[in-house]
Amino acid sequence: MIHSLFLINNTGDIFLEKHWKSVIGRSVCDYFFEAKDKAGDPENVPPVLQTPHHYLISIYRGKLFLLSVIQSEVSPLFVIEFLHRVADTIQDYFGECSENVIKENLVIVYELLEEMLDNGFPLATESNVLKEMIRPPNILRSVVNTLTDTLPTGQLSNVPWRRAGVKYTNNEAYFDVIEEIDAIIDKSGTTVFAEIQGAIEACVRLTGIPDLTLSFMNPRLLDDVSFHPCVRFKRWEAERVLSFIPPDGNFTLMTYHISSQNLVAIPVYVKQNISFFDTASCGRLDITIGPKQTMGKMVEGLSVTIPMPKSVHSANLTATQGSYTFDLATKVLVWDIGKLNPQKLPNLKGSLSIQSGVPKPEENPSLSIGLKVQQLAISGIKVNRLDMYGEKYKPFKGVKYVTKAGKFQVRT
Amino acid sequence: MTDSKYFTTNKKGEIFELKAELNNEKKEKRKEAVKKVIAAMTVGKDVSSLFPDVVNCMQTDNLELKKLVYLYLMNYAKNQPDMAIMAVNSFVKDCEDPNPLIRALAVRTMGCIRVDKITEYLCEPLRKCLKDEDPYVRKTAAVCVAKLHDINAQMVEDQGFLDSLRDLIADSNPMVVANAVAALSEISESHPNSNLLDLNPQNINKLLTALNECTEWGQIFILDCLSNYNPKDEREAQSICERVTPRLSHANSAVVLSAVKVLMKFLELLPKDSDYYNTLLKKLSPPLVTLLSGEPEVQYVALRNINLIVQKRPEILKQEIKVFFVKYNDPIYVKLEKLDIMIRLASQANIAQVLAELKEYATEVDVDFVRKAVRAIGRCAIKVEQSAERCVSTLLDLIQTKVNYVVQEAIVVIRDIFRKYPNKYESIIATLCENLDSLDEPDARAAMIWIVGEYAERIDNADELLESFLEGFHDESTQVQLTLLTAIVKLFLKKPSETQELVQQVLSLATQDSDNPDLRDRGYIYWRLLSTDPVTAKEVVLSEKPLISEETDLIEPTLLDELICHIGSLASVYHKPPNAFVEGSHGIHRKHLPVQHSSIDTGESPVSSGPAANIEQTHVIPSQGDLLGDLLNLDLGPRSTCPRCPPLTVLIACNSVLLLQVWLPAVKAKGLEISGTFTRRQGQMYMDMTFTNKALQHMTDFAVQFNKNSFGVIPTSPLPVHTPLMPNQNIELSLPLNTIGPVMKMDPLNNLQVAVKNNIDVFYFSVLIPLNIFFVEDGKMERQVFLATWKDIPNENELQYQIKECHLNADTVSGKLQNSNIYTIAKRNVEGQDMLYQSLKLTNGIWILAELRIQPGNPNYTVLYSNFATETCVKV
Repeated sequence: MIHSLFLINNTGDIFLEKHWKSVIGRSVCDYFFEAKDKAGDPENVPPVLQTPHHYLISIYRGKLFLLSVIQSEVSPLFVIEFLHRVADTIQDYFGECSENVIKENLVIVYELLEEMLDNGFPLATESNVLKEMIRPPNILRSVVNTLTDTLPTGQLSNVPWRRAGVKYTNNEAYFDVIEEIDAIIDKSGTTVFAEIQGAIEACVRLTGIPDLTLSFMNPRLLDDVSFHPCVRFKRWEAERVLSFIPPDGNFTLMTYHISSQNLVAIPVYVKQNISFFDTASCGRLDITIGPKQTMGKMVEGLSVTIPMPKSVHSANLTATQGSYTFDLATKVLVWDIGKLNPQKLPNLKGSLSIQSGVPKPEENPSLSIGLKVQQLAISGIKVNRLDMYGEKYKPFKGVKYVTKAGKFQVRT
Repeated sequence: MTDSKYFTTNKKGEIFELKAELNNEKKEKRKEAVKKVIAAMTVGKDVSSLFPDVVNCMQTDNLELKKLVYLYLMNYAKNQPDMAIMAVNSFVKDCEDPNPLIRALAVRTMGCIRVDKITEYLCEPLRKCLKDEDPYVRKTAAVCVAKLHDINAQMVEDQGFLDSLRDLIADSNPMVVANAVAALSEISESHPNSNLLDLNPQNINKLLTALNECTEWGQIFILDCLSNYNPKDEREAQSICERVTPRLSHANSAVVLSAVKVLMKFLELLPKDSDYYNTLLKKLSPPLVTLLSGEPEVQYVALRNINLIVQKRPEILKQEIKVFFVKYNDPIYVKLEKLDIMIRLASQANIAQVLAELKEYATEVDVDFVRKAVRAIGRCAIKVEQSAERCVSTLLDLIQTKVNYVVQEAIVVIRDIFRKYPNKYESIIATLCENLDSLDEPDARAAMIWIVGEYAERIDNADELLESFLEGFHDESTQVQLTLLTAIVKLFLKKPSETQELVQQVLSLATQDSDNPDLRDRGYIYWRLLSTDPVTAKEVVLSEKPLISEETDLIEPTLLDELICHIGSLASVYHKPPNAFVEGSHGIHRKHLPVQHSSIDTGESPVSSGPAANIEQTHVIPSQGDLLGDLLNLDLGPRSTCPRCPPLTVLIACNSVLLLQVWLPAVKAKGLEISGTFTRRQGQMYMDMTFTNKALQHMTDFAVQFNKNSFGVIPTSPLPVHTPLMPNQNIELSLPLNTIGPVMKMDPLNNLQVAVKNNIDVFYFSVLIPLNIFFVEDGKMERQVFLATWKDIPNENELQYQIKECHLNADTVSGKLQNSNIYTIAKRNVEGQDMLYQSLKLTNGIWILAELRIQPGNPNYTVLYSNFATETCVKV
């Protein structure tokens, strides 16, 4: 299984290494650096590499690489999932997964890695269990250090995701239904492809061992779902309700996917024209955004991101609403619009100048749209009710809906 | 307070200072010091010289400090084996601790100290821990066996730890089961006997129970283990599938993919027509699509696996092509994989969308991706014939962009399109030639040269174009040189008068001025060919080229089946079997898909019977009109031929023509094989034929013609062959016939001479038409007329014949004959014999009457044929 782990920042420095079996020299990473140089962008480094004696499986998160060294035939997804879990845990403990944070908490990170993997086999990866053994760095840490002498209860119970003896004065369970629209719109405005990635994020702070049941008004919409291990699959299959003993705190209860074969509502339309002239070294840009299928809700947080061709030198534009920035180094144009006013459609217009002597760009830049619609799940999914069994008290309950743009791209 | 402070000690006496702190009296100070040591260690500093001081801190009640010391020990024990022994006592003591957490921690850490001397002391504590009352300790101990095996395999076997592990499979705690499975799987990778885990239905049942309750990682181990099991029958396979299917909805993508592996493998065992089989296929699609919404790394592995699944079972994802559309900010490795799958899923139904996408991709920034997109357009053209025209015009559009690498890539694929559809798109050659100067890559130059050489007769200035390449001959890559040599030779063979000089030049460049043996050899061969036998040279150089296949880079089926067994593993990412790249993989046995058992050979082991072979059933053409055949198919014995009574001979002869037989063997017709038979259906005559192309080139422009014949048979429509016949393809067709054509007496009477033409040549063959297809439906003669006619027939027109060994009674015979339009007019019984009087009428209006004598108990029949107008038939 997983032999060693190296944490590498995006300039190529190894700043942490952990070996679960014998020690493997850092030189093994040279193959990775070679691939990294070849790929150019750190995002483009292939996740599975082969070297004469090892396999290197890596993920790229938060501007750093988690690189694992493998010596035998394994399931690469196993490793990739585990590496993401490591990053998740670090994020959970310290608020973010970055080089600075890890360097500041090196020993805890090292302890965590030791607890998460034994001989390359995952040991404790549930954040609840880990937190019982290794306290996150807060004031409590020094005080309750001695608590760790007891066996973490989650390790062996039937509900390994929940720690025992949870107590709250305010018992509350909140669920956020978050839907992201992934779409490709072609230059004529036709939807080439659109699908919805949905997730129900839960924040549950309930005393004892509550048993929750969540039901939907229209469960038939959900035919492609992935559940947190706490969800009882049998009941979902039979009754289409989510029945579960929740982990303590924040977790993703389920994710779902509404495929491109269903009709997906697109909240905005984009009229755009980006062209470069053959003769003069300049081009024009004209973008207007208007509401399409907003279900009567306000579209907020509207933004447009355009990675411009490398030869674009500067942009001289006027926005009727919001502001724009053009990053000279990355050549990314960002137009921050804010709320969409259906009466007065936002427009961005003006000229682009190109470095002189460079031929006119061949590629057509794609637009990435960002947006947010509160109190709306664009798929139409609705939670019907939430019931709690097993405990006597009456919890606060709440469900929020929000629709966002995921990978929402408009081609030009 | 953060850990970064541990790095701020001054450089000078860092180790010295730490040493002092480690020996401090205060516990808190010592803990801080150990933390500093660990911090230094994690960033790769060498703090091994502090070993004795750190080990001294081990005897403590503070669990955190204990853990930190253990961390240090694991890292440095190897360098200081003698010192490490000092820690042994402490470990052994901890293994007896009342706290299960400490027991587990001790056994876990001991296993990580890779020192032989320590492992000796580990055996006893480990044996106890494997039987510990606390499952947490047992599951830790299970992993420890795997660690120990890695250090000292022989000892693990001798101590019987492998058996203990096998016992743990039956443990009551699912986590213990999962870890035991994981440990056994890892050991078996390096173990000569890879079948450590003896899978039987009882074990499987335990694993399936544990599957529901263990952690996500444990589920992966168990699923991977399940996939090695071979269910004994489809019922068992189905019940396992039913219990694995819920895993497809797991949030962990590795669980999902491992479940997919089990299902893909066991699908082989399910009957294809069962409802469950189809339900299962439908269930596989959504989880695969969901994998594509994960992190890019997950997407990559998923895509590599989907690539295999799509080749094995295209039906699963054929509706989902849109999820493979590329987003501009996908990482390049995801883009390239998506593109691959898009081409595999491209079909006539979605080709318009796919082409629109590909055209979009061809204008992106990333050069590798753009190139692959252009290549993909070419592959679509070759794969979906209906789209070829659109693909070509899309490619032409792209060439117009004049983007250098796009043009080059386009030219390479256009060459392939030319090869696939010869004589169809040559009109674009002119456009291609315009870009000649911009080509600087060997592939593109070679492609262009090939095109010019191949179509030299259509390009006016072909000689000039090729000559221009010749100038820098020695700077070209070998590929271009070879192509150029061949192209000029082709040109010379096509236009010998104007290009003599050119060919001389290239031959001398290739043979005299080149160091490359391949090039020299080819040059010499051409030279000799041209100088000794120009005709043969023409045949060799300008011979028809074999067609290129529709699907490129398909994985060979047996490898594909093996890779399906490795879904989710590194093998599935590399598309290579594990023994091709895993070091020291002697323990890995090649895996095969299970084979569906037929009801008879259930005893056979699916492993030994190898991968499921898709044996195509031999296509049997149902022989029509076998009713008369039935009668005449009996052993007729030696027969006396009577030249004066052709119908009979013919009738008897016809029995051999009823089955499909080869009329024109491939060797006589440059690879075209025709087999066929004649039938009569609903009052219409047909010639049912199968054309098989056994040549290497495709065949088109089929036509058929008959010579004048006795019955005036002619085809009523042209040959219904509209598409080119590809190599190794066959086509079945039915040619309707009628008898209104010119008549000429043939010998034998039912001889038919046929000419078949195709783009290669014209071929002749002759066949005997079975007479029964001429028997018309209104062949039932009035009783009175029959009697009158029977008497009128002159004796010399009569013929008697015996049919032997026919065990049918009069009524069955009569019924059978009627089905062939031979009608029984009367039946009577004379002296115990059944006499059947029959009539039939031919298409040309000739009546034939017969008397059939059947003696019950005697299988021999006597037939008396009377032909009223044999001579008429002969005369006409």
